[in-house]
Amino acid sequence: MHIAEGFLPPAHAIAWGVASAPFVVHGVRSLTREVREHPESTLLLGASGAFTFVLSALKLPSVTGSCSHPTGTGLGAILFRPPIMAVLGTITLLFQALLLAHGGLTTLGANVFSMAIVGPWAGYGVYRLLRRWDVPLMVTVFFGAFVADLSTYCVTSVQLALAFPDPSSGFLGALGKFGSIFAVTQIPLAVSEGLLTVIVMRLLVQSSKGELTRLGVLLTRTGERKQEAVAR
Amino acid sequence: MSRNTRINALLLLAVAALAVLPLVLGLGDHKEEPFAGADAEAETAITEIEPDYEPWFSPLHEPPSGEVESALFALQAALGAGVLAYYFGLRRGRRQGEERASAASGAAAAPGDAPEGD
Repeated sequence: MHIAEGFLPPAHAIAWGVASAPFVVHGVRSLTREVREHPESTLLLGASGAFTFVLSALKLPSVTGSCSHPTGTGLGAILFRPPIMAVLGTITLLFQALLLAHGGLTTLGANVFSMAIVGPWAGYGVYRLLRRWDVPLMVTVFFGAFVADLSTYCVTSVQLALAFPDPSSGFLGALGKFGSIFAVTQIPLAVSEGLLTVIVMRLLVQSSKGELTRLGVLLTRTGERKQEAVAR
Repeated sequence: MSRNTRINALLLLAVAALAVLPLVLGLGDHKEEPFAGADAEAETAITEIEPDYEPWFSPLHEPPSGEVESALFALQAALGAGVLAYYFGLRRGRRQGEERASAASGAAAAPGDAPEGD
């Protein structure tokens, strides 16, 4: 999903930068508030950022015969809500743009918009929706991470199609072209990301019950009783 | 192996299978350059749609070779994996410490009442 340095026309690069900036600023505020009010969550915040670091470095082969990488943003969005993920995702993208020449500074706004904003929000939205329907936690986590991953690549396809519409078939033609490169490749990787996120969440449930309860991922005892009562 | 560990191992196995199957089934064979990065393919698609497009900015720093680039990617993954491992190790250690402390204080409060161990 990394649009390479210089590969978006200046007007598009600026527009995506302007669109992303408020989310990142808001995210920085949420992050500082979280750290100030709950210093004990710093470690788990670090772990969420680390998960994105690992997953976005893993380039995996896919069914289309090309390689791509997961994003790792679903976990942090589920744990700490999407605004905080906007910051952690931006840090990851900056690291890659500056050190790896992967992505770029001029395309940072567009890449942040897809990976650190739309992905986390879409994944979080699906997670919340499924939780409301009393779907088991690990299933909601899987689909949250799956959607966060896949939607990121769909946004990248839209961004490129907007910047480079096909001369004959226009925006939709280009969308099909970029979509077949990104979105189709990404489907099995999004499944992988969902499974990896479930593994980490299972480990967290074992090791950090208190933290997950405070963050509202695990329900409190009374909540569980209520649910049981409803089930009966 | 506990049931929990077994489930986690199965999940990991599924992830590994998803990554290996495209290679084993030769799904990249129809391509000139099998299993290239999707990002690079998108760049090619851009130049197909707009052959005159010239990137107007180049990276400030570019890894001098593919080897250095993969080293940096490995570094990124290692950093992340290190922090994750630290987190889970610390949690596990703390939990064990707490269990030991509560067992010790329980034994101290009622000596002879509940001998330690099974």
